[in-house]
Amino acid sequence: MTDPLVIADTTFSSRLIAGTARYPNQQVMLDALAASGAELVTASIRRISLEGYSGSLIDLLGDKYRILPNTAGCVTARDAILTAELAREALDTNWVKLELIGDRELLYPDVEQLVHAADELVRKGFVVLPYCNEDPVSCQKLADVGCAAVMPLGSLIGSGMGIANPAAIELICSRSPVPVVLDAGIGTASDAAQAMELGCDAVMIDTAIAKSHDPVRMAAAMRAAVEGGRLARLAGRIPKQRFAEPSSPQLGLVGS
Amino acid sequence: MHLRINGKEAELAATTIAELLAEQGIDPKTRFLAIAVNGAVVRRADWPTAFLAADDNVEIVRPFQGG
Repeated sequence: MTDPLVIADTTFSSRLIAGTARYPNQQVMLDALAASGAELVTASIRRISLEGYSGSLIDLLGDKYRILPNTAGCVTARDAILTAELAREALDTNWVKLELIGDRELLYPDVEQLVHAADELVRKGFVVLPYCNEDPVSCQKLADVGCAAVMPLGSLIGSGMGIANPAAIELICSRSPVPVVLDAGIGTASDAAQAMELGCDAVMIDTAIAKSHDPVRMAAAMRAAVEGGRLARLAGRIPKQRFAEPSSPQLGLVGS
Repeated sequence: MHLRINGKEAELAATTIAELLAEQGIDPKTRFLAIAVNGAVVRRADWPTAFLAADDNVEIVRPFQGG
């Protein structure tokens, strides 16, 4: 069965986008990424050290995976736009996961700056995937300025708190003209499955895999959860009801 | 010439980006490297001819792990 994820005319067979940070070591990261089945993996753009310059993990990933650079940590549209432009030069990609942080403790998006930066980056020819609030109006505004997808948060980045507002995520999915990628907050496999069941087109996972006790096994669990959740979504869940409904036939009951 | 490189003040003899990299011991062929001067990206092909001016603000970056 083929059911590809399509973002900006690019087709992916995996609906899991994986982060590359916080792994215990390089080999575990590589093994976990392989187990996750992810084709698109995120990277940050940072200043190199001028004393004792060394290589980066991205050297190992650049040829195997499509890299989605982020603007993590940026708090102004200007810095985020420059980071995206540097990423385009460094990685030869016009894709960017746009993050604009409005609160350094909560890592919550600054919607005002985000929409402004997204608009400008789209005009500059970028394929913009913004990390955004789980709010249908913000998501609509981002789609309106030409974002290729929206990435609403499930809960705070790195919190593992799952999907705090499933009704809002479901609403966003039902109305969004562009693919919805649940980003941030996933703690375990059931959260990823829930995101897909709610109608998300993909999920983005980093910490929940990297910081688990066995990242390679968790990566496999996330892959299965995303696939399971997607299948369940396509199959269509039964409606919820308040009373029992016997599943065995009522006629021919022994002793009646 | 006084420059600001990755947020640090520096006094260098370099007059171009290519010379700056040489002076800092950075191989200009390093993959995934990107450079901006005063907020504008300078393409790799232009590094040998991109002249620096005193007090220029230089950012030298590359991809790292990220979420």
